[in-house]
Order: sequence, then C-alpha cells, then structure tokens
Amino acid sequence: MTTEMILVGLAGVLAAAAPVIFAVIGETISERAGVINLSMNGTILLSAMASFGVAVTTDNLLLGFLMGMFVGALVALVIAFGNITLRQSQVAIGFVLALICRDLSDFLGNPFVGQPGPRLPFAPIAGLADIPVIGTLFFRQDLMTYASYLFIILAWVFVYKTRPGLMLQGIGEKPAAAFVRGANVNRMRYFYTILGGAIIGLAGPTFSLSVKAGWKGTLSGLDGIGWIALAITIFGGWNPLRAAFGAYLFAFLQWLGLVLQPSLPGVPSQVLQVAPFPLMILTLLLVNIGNAEWVGRTLAALPEPTRRFIARGLRAMRASPPAALGVPFESE
Amino acid sequence: MKVELRGIHKYFGKNHANDDINLTIPSGTIQGILGENGAGKSTLMKILSGYFHADQGEILLDGKPVKIASPAAALQAGVGMLHQDPLDFPPMRIIDNFLLRTSGDFFPNRKHAAQDINLLMKEFGFSLDPESYVDSLTVGERQQLEIMRLLFLGARVFILDEPTTGISAAQKAKLFETLKKFPEQAITAIFVSHKLEDVEKLCDRVAVLRQGKLVGQMEREQGKPFDNKKLVKMMFGKEAPLAPRQAYSQEGSVLRLNDVSVEDARLKIRNVNFEARAGEVIGLAGMEGSGQGVFLRACAGLIRTVGGTVQVKEKDLTGKSYHVYKNNGVEFLPAARLEEGLVPGLSLTEHFQLAEKAEGLFIKQDVGVKLAQERIAAFNIKGTPVSAVESLSGGNQQRALLSLLRTPLSLVLIEHPTRGLDIESVIYIWSKLKERCKQGSAILFMSSDLDEILQYSDRILVFFNGKVSQPLDAEKTSVAKLGEMIGGRGWQEEPTA
Amino acid sequence: MKNTRISNFGFQILAVVLALVVTSLILIAAGANPLDAYKNIYAGSFGSFEKLSDVLVAWIPLLITVAGLLVTFSAGLWNIGVEGQIIMGGIATTWIVRLLQDTTTPPALTIALAILAGMIGGALWAALAGALKTFGGVNEIFGGLGLNFVATAATIWLIFGPWKRPGVASIAGTEAFNESVWLPTMGDTRLSLWALGLAIVSIMIVYFLLQGTYIGLRLKAVGKNPKAAYLLGVPTWQYSMMAFMLCGAFAGLAGAMQVMAVYHRLIGSISSGYGFLGLLVAMLVNYQVIWSVPVALFFAALNIGGIQLPIILKLDSSITGILQGTLVLFVLMMEGVRQRFMKRAGEKQ
Repeated sequence: MTTEMILVGLAGVLAAAAPVIFAVIGETISERAGVINLSMNGTILLSAMASFGVAVTTDNLLLGFLMGMFVGALVALVIAFGNITLRQSQVAIGFVLALICRDLSDFLGNPFVGQPGPRLPFAPIAGLADIPVIGTLFFRQDLMTYASYLFIILAWVFVYKTRPGLMLQGIGEKPAAAFVRGANVNRMRYFYTILGGAIIGLAGPTFSLSVKAGWKGTLSGLDGIGWIALAITIFGGWNPLRAAFGAYLFAFLQWLGLVLQPSLPGVPSQVLQVAPFPLMILTLLLVNIGNAEWVGRTLAALPEPTRRFIARGLRAMRASPPAALGVPFESE
Repeated sequence: MKVELRGIHKYFGKNHANDDINLTIPSGTIQGILGENGAGKSTLMKILSGYFHADQGEILLDGKPVKIASPAAALQAGVGMLHQDPLDFPPMRIIDNFLLRTSGDFFPNRKHAAQDINLLMKEFGFSLDPESYVDSLTVGERQQLEIMRLLFLGARVFILDEPTTGISAAQKAKLFETLKKFPEQAITAIFVSHKLEDVEKLCDRVAVLRQGKLVGQMEREQGKPFDNKKLVKMMFGKEAPLAPRQAYSQEGSVLRLNDVSVEDARLKIRNVNFEARAGEVIGLAGMEGSGQGVFLRACAGLIRTVGGTVQVKEKDLTGKSYHVYKNNGVEFLPAARLEEGLVPGLSLTEHFQLAEKAEGLFIKQDVGVKLAQERIAAFNIKGTPVSAVESLSGGNQQRALLSLLRTPLSLVLIEHPTRGLDIESVIYIWSKLKERCKQGSAILFMSSDLDEILQYSDRILVFFNGKVSQPLDAEKTSVAKLGEMIGGRGWQEEPTA
Repeated sequence: MKNTRISNFGFQILAVVLALVVTSLILIAAGANPLDAYKNIYAGSFGSFEKLSDVLVAWIPLLITVAGLLVTFSAGLWNIGVEGQIIMGGIATTWIVRLLQDTTTPPALTIALAILAGMIGGALWAALAGALKTFGGVNEIFGGLGLNFVATAATIWLIFGPWKRPGVASIAGTEAFNESVWLPTMGDTRLSLWALGLAIVSIMIVYFLLQGTYIGLRLKAVGKNPKAAYLLGVPTWQYSMMAFMLCGAFAGLAGAMQVMAVYHRLIGSISSGYGFLGLLVAMLVNYQVIWSVPVALFFAALNIGGIQLPIILKLDSSITGILQGTLVLFVLMMEGVRQRFMKRAGEKQ
C-alpha cells in the first residue's frame, strides 16, 4: 500500500467517524445534564430515513439535515417529558423509543428504499487542501466532516470554558446546588436533552446523505451504531475530546478490519464485522472494573507497592459519570 | 441587615410545622436558634431562604416586606444559606464553583475571578488554592468556600444550619472567628443548632423552638453566659432526661485486633491493637472521614484489612467476607437507613423473612406475619406487618433496623445510631442496645455527637486523620477533651501511627 | 382502595386508546386506512383455526422468554442480552441434534438432550453478561447488546461455514434435521403441544418462584436495594448471577423450541426478535406474572396478524411493532400521569 492510499484511507476514517461524533457529542451533552438518551440507535435510523426522504422529495440537502435535527429533538422531547415531568425510568422510555423509531424507519421509509438521492458534495478547502499530508487528511472532505471537527471543539469549549457550560456540569452533578445558584434545573434539563437530541439527529443525515448515502431499509447497515455510540460516550468519560477520540478509534478499527481482511483469509468476514462489539465490551470493562468490589478486596491482599501501582492505573482509566445521571430533581 | 418574621405558619398535611412564629433579629447580631430535631427550625429557615413558602405570614428585610420565591431570589434579596452538607460541586475546581452561577459573562474571566477569591480570602484569613479541586478539601474548608462565595454574591444575612457538625475544633474556632467579624459589617448571622455549647460561645441572642412554636427568647446580658437550665427547659419542656450510666462489661474477648491496618483511597490506618470485651460499649469519635467509618466497616469484614489479624470470639476471621462475620454473630447497622439498611418497596414482614434463617423453599406467610407482629410490639414500631419500610418515620425505621438483629449476637457495629432522631427515640434505642449488652454483645458505634459518645460508651477510641488513640475511659474524660482530640490537639503520645 | 384500582384501570385503557390513535395517525400518514389495517391484523391472527394455531406457535417462545425476563426484572436487571441468549440456545440445540441424529441414540433422548443443551447454552451466554456486570462493572445493557451482535454473527458464520448446507449455503439455514427428531405437531398445523406445555410450565414455575419462595423474595430484595440485601444476609452477586442464568436458561429453551418444533434447523434469524418483544411484554406487565399470559398472547397475535399486511395492503409489517412499542410507551407515560394525579389528590386532602 502506498502512503497516498493510507492517507486517503485515514481521511476516509475521519469522514466515517463524523456521524458517530455527532451522536456521542449529543449524548454527552444530554447526559451531562443528567438525562440518558437510550433511544439513540432508533433516533439515528429514523433521522437517517426521514432526512433522506425529505432530501429526495424536495431535492434540498439543507432541508434534509434540518429534518434530521427535528426528528432527534422530537424523540428527545418525549424522553424529557416522560422522565422529567412524568418521572418514569429513562432506561425504559429510551429503550422503547429505540424500538419504535427503528420500526418507524422501516415502515415510513418503505417508499424510499433504493431510490437515488442527493449526496453531500466534496468541498476541498481552497489553499488548505493542498498542504501535503494534512491537506489530504483533513481538508478534502465534505461539509459535515468539517462540521464534526468544529462540534468537538465547540462542545469542549462550551462545557469547560463558558458560564452556561459550568452550569450544565452543575445540573448533572448536583442539581440541588445548581438550584440555589439560580438554575431552573428541570427547564435546563429539557433544553439540553432536546439540544443533545437534535445533535444526535445530525448523525442520521450524515449517514444517509453522505457517508452511507441512500436508504435501504433494514439493509442500510446502520442498525447497531447507536448502541456503539452509547458505549463510546461512557468510554469518553463525558468529555467531548475523549469521546471524539473514542469515535475516531472506532472508525479506525473498522477501516483496519476492511484493509486487513484480504490478508487474513482464515478469518471469516463475520468475525471482523462484529469485532467492534467485543472491543466495546472490553473498553467498558477497562473503564469500569476499578469500581468493582472484588477488585478492592483482592487488591487489599496484595503487597503494598503492587497494590499502589495497580490502584493508580485503575483510577487513571476510570470514568465517573455525572453524579445525578438518571436521578430526577425536585426542589422540595 | 435587619430580619423580621411576622406570624409565620406552615403546614405539612396535618402537621403544623411552624405555628405563628414572630421573630425580629436586629442588624449585625448573631442570633441562635435552638430546638431539638423536628422542632421546626429547619422549616423556618427554609422559608426564609426560599425553599418553602409560608402558608401565612410575611418576611421583612430592613423594614421592607419581601416575597422570597426561591433560594436564588433569597440570595438576591441578601439572604444566603450555608447548608450542613455544603451545596458545592466536589469534582470541580474552587474557581469553577465560584463562577458557576446564572449571571455574568458568557466567557468568564478566570484571572479576575482568581484575584477576587484571593482578595476575599485575605480579608477573612483563609488560604485555599483557587485551582484546587473541591473534593480535596475538608468539610470545614468547604464551608469557608461557601461563606466566601455567598459574601461575594452580596449576602447580608447568613443562615448557618448546624455548621459545627463534622468539622474539627480548630476549624470551628476559625468559623467562629469569621462569624464574629460579621457584626462590624452589619451582616446578620442566624445560627441554627441543637448544641447549647456552641450557641453559648457565639450568639448574642437565642430563640428556642419546640413543636413548631417559638417558646422563648433570651438576650445575652453584658459579659454573662446564658442561663443553661432555662434554655434546656425551653427546648424539651422539662429538664433534659438523662439516664444514669450503666455498664455491663463482662469477662471474655469478643473482638481482638492484632496489628490491624486498613486503608481507602485517602486514608491509612496502621497497626491497631485493640480488644473489646463482652457487654462493652465502645464509642468511636472523630470528625467525619477521620478513619472511624473505615475502621468500623473493617471490623465487620465489609472492607478487607491490608495487614494484621481480626479475631471474633477467639476465632480468626481475617480477610473473610461480611457474611462469614455475620454467621459468627457480628452485625453491622449502616447510617443510611433507606439506602443501605432497609429495602424500600418491601414490607416489614418481608424484612423479617429475609433476615431470619430460611427453612425450606416456600415462605410460610403466617409465621412471618406472627414474627412481624411480635417484633413490632417489642420494639414499639409505629407500623403494621404490611407497612412498606419507606413509609415509616426515621425513628421507626431505626427501630425496625434494630428489630432485625438476630439473637444471639457477639458484636454489633453501628454507624450513627441516633442521627436525626428525636430525643424520645434516642433514649428508646439506647435502652434496647443496652439490653443487648446485658445479654453479652459488645457494641462499637461511631457518632458525630460527642455527648452521645460520652453518655453511652464505656470506652472511647478517638480518630484523627487515620490515627487511633488508646482507649479512653469514658468516665474520666470530657466533651472538651474529646473535642480537642478530634481536632488533632492534646494527643499525649503518638499512639499507633 | 377500590376507587384507585378502577382509576388505575382507567389510565391503562386511556393508554391503549392513545397508542391506537398514534398508530392510526402513522397509518394515515402512510396513506392507509387504519380500520382496514386493524381488520386485516385481526383476520390474520384470530380469523381461522389455522391462524390461531400460528398465534400459539408465536406465543410459545414469547411466553418462555417473558418468564425468564420476569426473573431478571425482579432482580433489578435489564437483560437486553436475552436476544443473544435465545440464539445461543438455538445454536447449542442444533449442535446436539447434528451430533446425535445419525447415531443410534433413541430420538426421544436426542430431543431431550438437545433441549437441555439449549437451556445450558442460553444460561452460559447469560452468565457471560452477568459476569461482565457483577465482576467487571459493565452495565448489562451494553454487555448484553454486544453479546447479541456476537451471537448473531456466530449463527451466520455457522450457517455459511461449518454447518453449510450441501450445495449452496443460504441465510435460509442449515439442512433440516431428520424427521425422527422433530417435536410432533398437532394435525397439519405447526403447533407442538409439547412446546405449548413447556411454555405453560415455564410461566408457572416463575409464578411460584417469585410469589411464594425465599429465592423470589431475595431476588426482589437484591433488585430493589442490593446494599441492604447484602447486609441482611443475601449473597448478592450469587443471586444476580442466578437471575441471569435462569433467564438465560428460559431464553435458551425458547431458542430450542424454535429449532426443534418450528424450523427443524438453525436459521439466520432464529430469535425472530422475541427477546426484545419479551422485554416489552415484561415492562408492560410490571412484575405481575399472571398478566404476562394474555399480554404475550396479544403481542403474538399482532406479530402474526401483521404478516399478511404487505401482501394485502402493501404495508410494511413493522406497523405492528410500532403498535406494540407505542402501547408500552403510553402505559409508562400514563403511569406517570396517574402518579402525578394521585399526588395532587393526596395534597388536596
């Protein structure tokens, strides 16, 4: 393989990661506010279908993307209403919505299956695209890939450097303390859940109008990505930068699987296709195992230096969720 | 700022939590509010700080009537509250805690904020690094942070809810020093407590609440202390009923620790040697997080010791799990009753069925109900066999926990046996515990209430930052001495560290 | 007391009505007449004896799966991995049949061993999700989902690889078993009375387990408050693992029934989504074991009734999935509305 081919391949990885980036950033924002959006897998499918449908019917890409955001926001609104106003389990509502949205994408998407549709054009950035290596990697992409870079940075700056971002951390960490600081906790949770949902809703059209353009119903190959994105959010420790890293790692491993397949004839293709899932389990194991009780007990039986060393390693990997994630708030 | 409360009424269902409270607090004074748990102190303070709305009555600040709709609105009007459990954000930095509010620039200027913090700290003699994380601070330091934050946001009235619980003697001195600076700046402080001693030291005036009513007020006469007896009488309606000390210490070791070491992420306890005899009550004193909690759990096998041996009734149980300890007659009662002790959603009967040894596969309902009825009567629990535990009051939940203990027992380990309970329940629970001692069980308990420790223990272990004192004879020590030791002063030797 | 029960019932009826309204709106949006669609679904499920027997065929794996899921739900666990556990049950069953069908083993013994193997296969796959949860701190939702995908891939790999049909391999499955090891069916229907009996026994076992035994009580305690259950003397992680493995064994039994009584081979989609459907049913009945019997029957009827929609009305059969989902969603929502309503009524008193 030539260097050029590898570069183009890696550029493809950046593009392929873009929808996952939108999904994990949307989820990170929602969970930072304390609400888990478990519907993600269904939301992505439905927004992919709906935006493709709109784009085909109106021949307007922008309307397609707006439709995706609208679908994402709408599903998030149902979760917010069920959880914040009606106090039902986020997991239950999210899971049911994941199934409903998947079925809806099948049902309503039926007429669009296999239709030719518009596709987001490549938009190399004049000047930057000609820089060796970097240009090929980063600046010969389409608009949504550029947007994904921007979203990572914006989300990070927002969460850690701005005043509303600090408040967002506050309402997910200790809503009672945010409340005495003047936050209308439940209204803000509504807002961020819907905002997060809208961003997740960008993942759909980024698939159906760009990365995997078109709509093929259940054969679109999108089913399952939402669940992986949820795992990446945990891996990312609710930090946009670390989450984006997770998304890139995931896309890179998928690409690696494709590239390596011809040179590994003994490994059936099914194995490489599902490789991300055991990997997802493994990464979750790494970030979570430090919390398990038996680990503490076992460590206590070890000699001091070994104990110190392992404990430090586990703590470095561990990701702790916002303290009030999934906990409803009532101001007495 | 002058605070006036006029004709405040508050009902919770049928419970008249505040009954026509009239109280005027002159600007720049330190007002004590005394009363036992459930007397209506916190309700009144929550009305003043915007958590609750009074059903009747009005609040005047500096003579102007105000409507306080929320805690944030209260702070805007100048009323800030310092909560017992500081309302800050432990995983965030001090500076972020300061910046976290609704008003201000979109991109806050961290440099300016750091300067502001440092300036305030100089004024009040605190020293904290603005960039350090809140979870690395002690409770006392977190209080300092909250005080500064509230001052910075313009609080002119401070409500302090039991602020001396869980902080060291040195930090308490510091807190009092800070509060004594308030009058110069015309800042009013309202100090809510059930500890006479603290009110005594600090306050200019005292108001006493009992059963929702304001039952009396007292003003400090120049240089003279308050009339303690009178205050106690106002608080309880009679003079404090203290049972005579009883000791049931018997022959025979129940728990023996040889060179035991325990640790958690923050704290190391090293080489403790200790023996508890049958029938003995051992109190563990120390400010929150000094090691007594880790120690207590290690004695139950809930945390594995990293060195040394643990023997229960001469049997070596080192490294075994809690269930092995339990089979050897050890039981642990946690402080968080509904989080760790009881199962919300299950009835009292189901709890007894869980706690007793099961016979056969199928549950015999009638046996369970009969057992529940017996225990409910024996422990004076206000509830029925089918009551869900979460519907019981705190005192009844604690009684339920005690009633779940099996017989016979060698050792009972208790976290905060009476926290948040009214005086009647406290006395009842200790009478039940002392019955256990008569039967030969030893009791180890931790409490942040030094009076409780002194009153009920035979011997006392003091914890400071992972250090454990030699056992002190409860008869020969005093609250003052314990207070010094939990603050790290007056340790005669370097005992076990 | 009686009043609240009536009002509970009222809220649930309202939930059903709302679910029907929303589904009808979706049908109208797709240009279909909702009444026609519902009529078709009814005719396709209860319209004839043959259809009814098909409904019962679908009811069997669903009810067995729900029986298992009620155990994990009681223990406070979201066993989303149930889908993979059904698949692993199917795989293990197929493996044993392929191993024994051409030997001298009596067919009855082969069938019994194959079903047992299915239960063990499901239980072991569930144990994996359980171990990840109890020893690795990996939430069972993510562990289970990952294992579902792995199980599906394993099926496809087996069908196209080692267990390939002679000639052309296809997603339609492995070669059919010898007829001697098929579970006998009733008349010319696909309904096996043996399977039906096992389903009914399964739900009865779970009913008695959860209502009247110490094991059931301890499972509930672990589900509601594991810390307190541990302090009260319940071996917590062992009970969590047991719940996973019991559920997995039931799921494996469901998979074994699909293989032995319905398809007589391993097919690519052996679980047919009964795992997720079972989760919906279990959520809907909210721990009340008895109710799972009619609700599972209703859901099975919807599944079967939807099959002919694409042929007759040119509608995708996923509409029945939408109806099932919205039904659960609105029941959850209405429960929330009811709680708010009761609370407000309580405050007024």
